[in-house]
Amino acid sequence: MENQMNHQPQDGQFAIQASHMDIYYGNFRAVKDCSLEVLPRKITAIIGPSGCGKSTVLRAFNRMNDFIPGCRVEGGILFHGQNIYAPDVDPVQVRKLIGMVFQKPNPFPKSIYENVAWGARINGYTGNMDDLVEETLVKAALWDEVKDNLKKSALALSGGQQQRLCIARALAVKPEIILMDEPCSALDPIATLKIEDLMRELSSNYTIIIVTHNMQQAARASDYTAFFTMDPDRSGIMVEYGETSQLFTRPRDQRTEDYITGRFG
Amino acid sequence: MINGHETLLSSQTPEMTRRNRSASLWQAIFFGAIVIGIIMLMVLLATIVNQAFGLVIIVDKVPAAALSDRPLEELSREELTTILQNRLSKNRFKTIQRDHAIETMPLSDLVNLVIDNVVQPQVKKSYPLLQSILNRSEILELAKSDYPDARVEFRSWLNRRFLTSTMSPRPETAGVRTAIMGSALLILITIVVAFPLGVGAAIYLEEYADSRRWINRVIQTNIDNLAGVPSIIYGILGLAIFVRALEPLTSGAAFGVVGQNGRTVLSAGLTMALLILPILIINAQEAIRAVPNSLRQASYGLGATKWQTIWFHVLPVALPGILTGTILAVSRAIGETAPLIIVGASTLIMKDPDGVFSSFTALPIQIYNWTTRPQDTFRNIAAAAILVLLALLLSLNAAAILLRNRFSRQ
Repeated sequence: MENQMNHQPQDGQFAIQASHMDIYYGNFRAVKDCSLEVLPRKITAIIGPSGCGKSTVLRAFNRMNDFIPGCRVEGGILFHGQNIYAPDVDPVQVRKLIGMVFQKPNPFPKSIYENVAWGARINGYTGNMDDLVEETLVKAALWDEVKDNLKKSALALSGGQQQRLCIARALAVKPEIILMDEPCSALDPIATLKIEDLMRELSSNYTIIIVTHNMQQAARASDYTAFFTMDPDRSGIMVEYGETSQLFTRPRDQRTEDYITGRFG
Repeated sequence: MINGHETLLSSQTPEMTRRNRSASLWQAIFFGAIVIGIIMLMVLLATIVNQAFGLVIIVDKVPAAALSDRPLEELSREELTTILQNRLSKNRFKTIQRDHAIETMPLSDLVNLVIDNVVQPQVKKSYPLLQSILNRSEILELAKSDYPDARVEFRSWLNRRFLTSTMSPRPETAGVRTAIMGSALLILITIVVAFPLGVGAAIYLEEYADSRRWINRVIQTNIDNLAGVPSIIYGILGLAIFVRALEPLTSGAAFGVVGQNGRTVLSAGLTMALLILPILIINAQEAIRAVPNSLRQASYGLGATKWQTIWFHVLPVALPGILTGTILAVSRAIGETAPLIIVGASTLIMKDPDGVFSSFTALPIQIYNWTTRPQDTFRNIAAAAILVLLALLLSLNAAAILLRNRFSRQ
């Protein structure tokens, strides 16, 4: 928290950094000239009205857009000094280091144990799997609720538990960054608070980027916030990026102020 | 105007009555459709069952009692051989010795041999089940007056002997063992060939092929159309490719099998596999498409490769659907007749298939063959064979459903 006033630290201090990134769906430019530097071990929220490209930007960070036919990213995203869109980069390796939690809880239709263990196993984890499963479930604040039912199907859990299981599943691969795409939009307020607490907990070890529709959530749970909106040509653009407290109290841009005060969006 | 809630919410408004009437009309129409379908099915089954059971008037050329004072089934191998030797001409006995290994064949087969050659029971007349029950006394009287030596017995044409004996030119002694084994082997080859090919093609089309490329669209359209191509055309294709062009392979000549032409069960199985491949691919594609995309994303998000995602997540979830599709496709294959006639299934064959390179016959072929014969009795055994085919089909489907349920539970 000591560095809060200066959100422009020196080079190499970013966990991941998008510079002048354009994202296209076919001929349509969905995101225009986005430059976003994400600080390590902080929670960065991306907010904005529907259709402004928040999720598209988030998915660009671990190349999940590769699976959308016709989607291409121009410009670059620097991760450990390397452009993850460079031709010699293995997208599978990128996704191992940059995990993802999705909008709708999507556990595998397998046991709770298998859900956590699978990712680690395919990534060649050779240590004690039982220990890893316990350790990750503890980190995801789910251990106490499921420790007696590890063999039970993950689909039998409640929505909030499923989402924490998905977080545990992502943690088991030992990523550096966790991307969360509206992780609480399908959950009730109590489950939402649990996830937010968990995010706060995790942010001491992981860099978290979260897309949210919920401005209170961004204000409550994030350290930094980026506000996106749509250009007149329907491309998404980043309007403002800064510390959450500053962006919500003293926005520099009129469009940000309109959005957070509810006059738009 | 509105006097209280009774009027406002009353169900007796004209509009409500009209709506109810039209709803019950449609319901009656839909229910009627089901009833008609069920009636058709019952009629079909009843016709077959009616033919497969009933009274028969049998005249034995030589009554079994004249051969021995004990039933034939209790006689030893030597006694049966002696009967054959004594009752038949020398040449006939030699022919039998040449065609059958009398010393080693199962005793029950030897008994059948004696019955076929010496006793020679002849079904003079057979009656369907319904008539047998309703006009029993008339039939008995008729038998007494027209065939004084005859015995009248109630026969289930579908009996153990029918299931376990080989083909024969005489309906009284013909059986479907060879045909059942032929059908089973045929289906086995079909599944072994078509299942991996079909699922593989479906995986390629759903997971790898870029549907925006014209070549993949052409492939997809072709597969959809191939599913509707008449089966006889597949038969001609099988004849040209498997029976003729690939004869060295399908006859087994390339593997050291001598004296066989390309009309083997292997050729037929491959043809059948071609026939069901489009159906199987389309069904497997549907099943794979039904796997929620969120599952694939979750897998990729953990750093899984495409193949890991397909193998560990897509296929297990799609498997019940793929199996259901396979059941449907195999059910079609098991009843197909036309392509088998073209690729050369034999209609009169005594030898059980003993490998993929043997000649064969199949149940539908036998049924088709028997229904075209003039004698009444052939229609009785055709009905019995239909029941066997239906039972085979049902048990195959039941097995597949059990398998599918096991996979869905996991």
